[in-house]
Amino acid sequence: MRRRLWHFHGGLHLEGHKDLSMHEPVAAAPLPARIVLPLAQHIGAPAEPEVKVGEKVRKGQRIARATEYVSAPIHASTSGTVVAIEEQPVPHPSGLSAPCIVIEADGQDEWIERQPVADYENLDPSALRNVIREAGIVGLGGAGFPSFIKLNPGPDKVVDLLILNGAECEPYITCDAMLMQEHPRRIIDGLLIMRHALRAKRCIIAIEDNKKVAHTVLVNALQEHEAEFIEIVQVPTVYPTGGEKQLIKVLTGKEVPSNGLPIDIGMVCHNVATAAAVHDAIAEGTPLIERIVTVTGEALDRPRNLTVRIGTPFSLLLEAGQWRETDTDEVLMGGPMMGFAVPDLDVPVVKTTNCLLARPRSQPHRQPAMPCIRCGQCARVCPAQLLPQQLYWYAHARNFDRIQDYHLFDCIECGCCAYVCPSHIPLVQYYRFAKTEIWAQERQKQKADRARQRHEWHLERLERRKREEEERRRRKKELLKKSKAAGGDAAKKAEIEAALARVKAKKASRQAARANTENLTDAQKQAIAAVEARRQRLQKGGDSGDSQ
Amino acid sequence: MLTAILVLTVLALLFGLLLGYASVRYKVEGDPIVDQIDAILPQTQCGQCGYPGCRPYAEAIAKGEAEINRCPPGGETVIVQLADLLGREPIPLDAERGEAKDTPTVVEIDENLCIGCTLCIQACPVDAILGAPKQMHTILKAECTGCNLCIPPCPVDCIRIVPVEEDISTWRWPEPKIDLEQPVDVAEETA
Amino acid sequence: MTDYLLILVSTILVNNFVLVKFLGLCPFMGVSRKLETATGMGLATTFVLTLSAVCSYLVDEYLLAPLGLEYLRTIAFILVIAVVVQFTEMVVHKTSPLLYQVLGIFLPLITTNCAVLGVALLNVQTEHGFVESALYGFGAAVGFSLVLVLFAAIRERVNVADVPEPFRGPSIALITAGLMSIAFMGFAGLVKG
Repeated sequence: MRRRLWHFHGGLHLEGHKDLSMHEPVAAAPLPARIVLPLAQHIGAPAEPEVKVGEKVRKGQRIARATEYVSAPIHASTSGTVVAIEEQPVPHPSGLSAPCIVIEADGQDEWIERQPVADYENLDPSALRNVIREAGIVGLGGAGFPSFIKLNPGPDKVVDLLILNGAECEPYITCDAMLMQEHPRRIIDGLLIMRHALRAKRCIIAIEDNKKVAHTVLVNALQEHEAEFIEIVQVPTVYPTGGEKQLIKVLTGKEVPSNGLPIDIGMVCHNVATAAAVHDAIAEGTPLIERIVTVTGEALDRPRNLTVRIGTPFSLLLEAGQWRETDTDEVLMGGPMMGFAVPDLDVPVVKTTNCLLARPRSQPHRQPAMPCIRCGQCARVCPAQLLPQQLYWYAHARNFDRIQDYHLFDCIECGCCAYVCPSHIPLVQYYRFAKTEIWAQERQKQKADRARQRHEWHLERLERRKREEEERRRRKKELLKKSKAAGGDAAKKAEIEAALARVKAKKASRQAARANTENLTDAQKQAIAAVEARRQRLQKGGDSGDSQ
Repeated sequence: MLTAILVLTVLALLFGLLLGYASVRYKVEGDPIVDQIDAILPQTQCGQCGYPGCRPYAEAIAKGEAEINRCPPGGETVIVQLADLLGREPIPLDAERGEAKDTPTVVEIDENLCIGCTLCIQACPVDAILGAPKQMHTILKAECTGCNLCIPPCPVDCIRIVPVEEDISTWRWPEPKIDLEQPVDVAEETA
Repeated sequence: MTDYLLILVSTILVNNFVLVKFLGLCPFMGVSRKLETATGMGLATTFVLTLSAVCSYLVDEYLLAPLGLEYLRTIAFILVIAVVVQFTEMVVHKTSPLLYQVLGIFLPLITTNCAVLGVALLNVQTEHGFVESALYGFGAAVGFSLVLVLFAAIRERVNVADVPEPFRGPSIALITAGLMSIAFMGFAGLVKG
C-alpha cells in the first residue's frame, strides 16, 4: 500500500554525485599514529578531561566526562598514552583552536572491558538513556546534539512517531547509504531500542528514492513482526528533504512550529547512524569511537567510504582516497551545500564529520557577485518558507532588528537560495554573519547589564562604608563625651586595656595558627614545647608588656 | 468689534482652564527615557564622556545637555542606536572624547610586580579586582569592562591592557564584502 | 447613510489630503522613516483632527455665526487646534514617553499641519452638519494615516536598497511620494465631488 506523502515548500533537484563514492564497500581507514580528541564535539558544554598527561588509556575508555545536562563524554578511540591536553586546531570555519586531548597510539588497539546490556527491554527507560549518554552518543547527522536528551520525551509528552532519517539529501555524501546497505540490522535494532526508550507508537525509516539498494536491503532485513509498527518509506529525492522539519512535513504533512521542536507535535527524528551507534552501545557496550566518513570529490582517484576512528587527521583520509593535492583549492567538511572549507588539513575527524569533499580546480566553485535584481527566485526555493531577499537586504544594511522580524533564526542554512541566485550573491554568508552579530550583541547586552549591576553595588558599598565610618565616629564622640563627664581617665584606661587585650589575643591566635604541628613526631613536639616554655620564662623575666 | 474681542477672550480663558486642568491630570513623574538611554550605553563606567559613569551621561542626554556622540567604548553602534531611539540624526564620534576601540580589551596584572597596595581596587568602578592589603591582586577578566581606570593609580605600573581572547563560542562570521562597483567581465570568469 | 460612506471614501481615497490635495506634507516627509513612529503619528493626528474638526464646527456654529464674527474663523480655528494639540501632547507624554521622545518636534507641529486647518475651513465652506464634520475630519485623518504608513513601509525598504548616489535620502523619498500620488489618481471618478 502506497503511503501518502506531502511536499515541503521550495527545495531543489540537485545532481547527486552519489555513485562516485559507492563503487567499493566501506573499508577501515588506516589507524593514525596520533589521535586528537576535541573536548567539544557536540552541542552543549564541553567535556571535562579526567585523565592526566602521561596516563595510559585503552580503547573505549572514557577520558572526559560530561559536565552539564546538555553535554556528552569523550572516549579514547584507540589505546595509547595521553601526551597532551592543550589547544589544537579543530574543524571549524574559523580555523581557531580548542582544548583537545592528544593520545599517542601504541599500535595495540586494546579494548577496555565492555559491558553490554543483557536485556534492555526490562531496563527502565531512564537507565537505558543513561547507558546511551555514557557511551557519548550524539546526533551523527551533523548537528551533534546529545542523543539521550532526544530520547527523553518528558513526563507529559507522548511520541506518536519515531522517524529514522536515512534521507541523506546532500550531494556527494553517501555514508548513511552505505551504512544502510551493509548494516541494516544494526539500524533496525537501534530503532527498537530507541522506540523502547521513547515508548513511541509507530516508527518510520525514511530513505530517498535514489537509494534503491539501501531500500531493498532494509526491507529484506525487516522481520515480519517488526513490520507491524516499522514502516520503510521512500521519499522523493529533493534537497533538503533530510532536514528534520522538511522530512516531517513530507512524511506527515504536519509542520513543526517556528522556534519549536518536533516533540511539540509528538515526533522525534534521529539519524540512521545514531541508531546504529545506540545498538552498538547496548548490545556490545561499545562507546562512540568511530564512524563512517565519505571521502569523495572529483579530485580524488579513489573516492569511497571509510570507517574512521574519531580523532584521525583529515590528511590521512585524503591520502587513503588518493587525493590529487595539486588539483584542489580547498577541502570541505560536509557537502557542497552546507559544508565549510577546512583551513588546516591536519584537523581531526570529530563525531559530526560525515564527509570530506575535494573538488578539482576545473569545477567553478564561486562566481563573483552582482547586485540583487529582486527576482524572487530565492523565496521560491526556501524550504523554511522565509523571504531570503528581505533577509539579505537587512543583513546588508546591518539592520539586525528588522531582520529578526523576518524569522532569521528559522533559517536552516541549507543554501538553496544562494544556489539559485542569478546574481551569485553569497546569501548564506550574510545570514550567518547576521546571526553571529545578533548573538554577539546579546552577549554584550548581558555583560553591560552585569556591569551596571556591579557598578550599582560598588556605589552602594562605598555609601555603606561612608555611613559606617560616620556611625563609628559618632559613637566614639559620644563615648568620649560620656567618659569626660564620668571621670575621663578611668574610661580611657579601660579602652586602652581593652585594646591591648585584643592585640594579645590576635597575636596568640596567629601564633597558634602558625604552629602547624600535626605532622610532627612526639619527640619533636616535646622539644618545641621546651623551647616555648623557655621563651615564656624569658619574656616574663624581661620587661612587662613588651611586644616582640 | 467689542463682541469679537470678548468672544476670543472668553474662548481663550475657557481653553486655558481646560489645558491647566489637563496639565495637572496628566503630569509625568520622573523620566523613563533615561532608563532607555542607559540601557543602550555599554556600562563601561569609564568616564570618557566627561560624566562620572553611564547613568549621569544618560541623564545629561535626556536633559539635552550632552550630545549622543560622546561614548568611545560604545562606538558607532551606540550612536546609531541612540539616534534611532531619540529620533535624531546619527553623528560621528566626538574625537575629543577618545577613540573607539576596534577590539574589546581587558586588563591584566603582572603578578611579579604587584605590591598589594589596593589602589587599583579602589579605582575599579565595577569591583572587578580581587585582593586585599598586602595580598596579591587579580583582575576578574569576566567582569572587567576595559575602562582602564585602574592603570593610572598603580604605583608600580604593573597593569597592562590585553585583547579579549576569542574562542570558537564567541567567533563571528565576517561580513561578506562584495565590491559591486567593479564591473564583472562574465565571459572571463566562466572561461 | 450613503452620504456618510461617500464622505469617508472621498476623504480617504479619492480626495486624499496628502496625495491629492497636497496638504500635511511636512509630517508626511518628516515622520515616515520608521514604521512604528509613522503609526504613532497617524494615531495622534487622527485624534487631533477628529477632535478639532468637531470643536471647530461647534465654535463656528454656536459662537461665531450667531454673533456675525465669521471673519474670526481662521484665528478661532487655530486657537482650537493649538489647544487640542497641546492636550494630545500631554496625553502622549503620559501614556507613551518613548513615542513622545521619538515624535519630538513633530507632535506640537501638528498645530501647523495645514491639513488640520484645511479640514476645519473646508467643513465650513461645504456647509457640513455636525456628523458630517466629524466624519470628514475622521476620514481625512484615516487617509493621512493610511498614506503615512504606506510611505513609511516603502521608505524602510528603499533605505536599505542600492539607491544610486545622487538619489539617496530625500530625493528618492520625494520621487516615491510622487509615484504614490500618481497611483492615487486611479481613484478619481470613484465618487463625484
